[in-house]
Amino acid sequence: MEFSYHIEGGDFSKAGLASSEVKKILKQLNVSASVIKRVVVALYEAEVNVVAHAYEGDVRVDIAPERVVVVVEDRGPGIPDIPLAMQEGYSTASAAVREMGFGAGMGLPNMRKNSDELNIESEVGKGTKVTMLTRFNP
Amino acid sequence: MEPFYHALKVDPKTCVGCTHCMSLCPTQAIRVRDGQASINKNACVDCGMCLKSCPRRAIYVAQDDFSRIFQYRYRVVILPTVLFGQFAEDVTEDQIFAELHDMGFTHVIEAAQTYGILAKATQKYMKENPLSRPFISGFCPAIVRLVQVRFPSLLDHILPLKQGMDLAAIYARRKFTAEGVAPEDIGIFYVTPCAAKIAAVKSPVGEDASDIDGVINLDFLYNKIQMGLTLHKDAPLPPVPEQTYLSPDAIAWSLSEGEASRFEGRCLAIDGIHNVSDILEKIENDELLDIDYLELRACDHSCSGGTLTVNNRFLTIERLRKRMQLRTEARPSANDIPRHEDYLIANGRLREKIPPRSIDQLDDNFVAAMEKMEKIKRIMQVLPAIDCGACGAPSCQTLARDVVQGKAKLNQCVFMQKLLCKDALMTAGESLRLSERTWGISRFEQPE
Repeated sequence: MEFSYHIEGGDFSKAGLASSEVKKILKQLNVSASVIKRVVVALYEAEVNVVAHAYEGDVRVDIAPERVVVVVEDRGPGIPDIPLAMQEGYSTASAAVREMGFGAGMGLPNMRKNSDELNIESEVGKGTKVTMLTRFNP
Repeated sequence: MEPFYHALKVDPKTCVGCTHCMSLCPTQAIRVRDGQASINKNACVDCGMCLKSCPRRAIYVAQDDFSRIFQYRYRVVILPTVLFGQFAEDVTEDQIFAELHDMGFTHVIEAAQTYGILAKATQKYMKENPLSRPFISGFCPAIVRLVQVRFPSLLDHILPLKQGMDLAAIYARRKFTAEGVAPEDIGIFYVTPCAAKIAAVKSPVGEDASDIDGVINLDFLYNKIQMGLTLHKDAPLPPVPEQTYLSPDAIAWSLSEGEASRFEGRCLAIDGIHNVSDILEKIENDELLDIDYLELRACDHSCSGGTLTVNNRFLTIERLRKRMQLRTEARPSANDIPRHEDYLIANGRLREKIPPRSIDQLDDNFVAAMEKMEKIKRIMQVLPAIDCGACGAPSCQTLARDVVQGKAKLNQCVFMQKLLCKDALMTAGESLRLSERTWGISRFEQPE
């Protein structure tokens, strides 16, 4: 079962809409609260990343009986050095973004922590595709 | 004890099924059938939004028969602070106490007298359980029930403490039994400003039974006191045995910021059940970190906006602020609740865990739930998404959900009926009969 959401770059007020919707869906499917929390936290971080760094992005959520796969694909600057970006505290967010309380450099580490499989593909100048898989019965 | 007792009732003679309550209910617990609002017991959290939104006053709060107090020799009444806010400034606390004695109560206690003990118990619990942050106050029973129904993952954050009215009742029972009074001679009654507190007495959460024997609705008691004040207008004020002084902090406790201003750290005070839902949503998503304490109240301006209050809530707050400034002589000798502090703190914890009452899942079985969700998605593509409520459900989404759960038919939607009639798949008569089922046959009869 698939659901999709659009994310507008720069619109911080709407970051979190997709994760809230996905939470509602997973609750209806009787997924355990701890798994829901992981999925929602990981997706929220991904949403904030798109808002803070990219022009726009799309979220595709694919739910199967044993797992959920979340793909967040954006049109944006891309990540030149993925291992560096994965380090806790590393951030390229602008001063303005940090002032709003975002950009602490915990986005990608939190996504890794809250998903069972994380895959990042990125092309500088084009965009980034983050794929996260979370199993319902870990 | 009923599992989910609800005091909110729909009067079938007055209700016309107008949908105001249905669209404001925070848990989508209301549907219109046969021209009547019906409340789903499993989803209702007793917040009273339906009562407040009803333009015909068709929703009322059931209460115990007042004469029940005379079954007891010791008749204790426990008051909420907002009771005093219902009266004009020239009516004194002493007069109100005197009226309560005149109507038959032998002892008058204010729930807020226990506030100092409750604040200490709260601090103690927070210190002993730092991992349960953010702490959610258990003050408002409608909020506790909202968390059970809509945010069960946050249940461990609720402070498992008894509230002021419970502590006052425990105190009274202990005091009189120690004096040699037989337990069956003690009747403890709480004057409630809302339906949620009634639910908290009739079907308490985290306890098998309440320490309170009966509930009196605030609006009913207000009328009784007003009547007495009129009758005794020219009579001298009889002496009142109890203390009628309350500290400003104690008075503020049931108002907004009353709890949040008392504790250290980042404390938020939020009132209005829809505002509370928004914040709980953020807490659940981990969008809001570093919060220490959440004071959450279902009514706008907390208890001063309770469903059973009679005065305008802004005037209630003004009147209570006046009381805070009173330089009435404090008679600490008349308040011996603090002497029982250790006992009340030791007995002020909820005995059981607060259980979830989740209503979200479509099916216990994951695959079946997925199939139902696919079906909802398909149904949503044909529904008009205008949430008009004419089908008897609060939104197109809830109608779709009801349909897959076998609780409603898709052709209850008037938009669908138009489509079916256009394609000659339904006759005008069939369409009318469907609407009659939602709105009641009498709604469609021509006036003579």
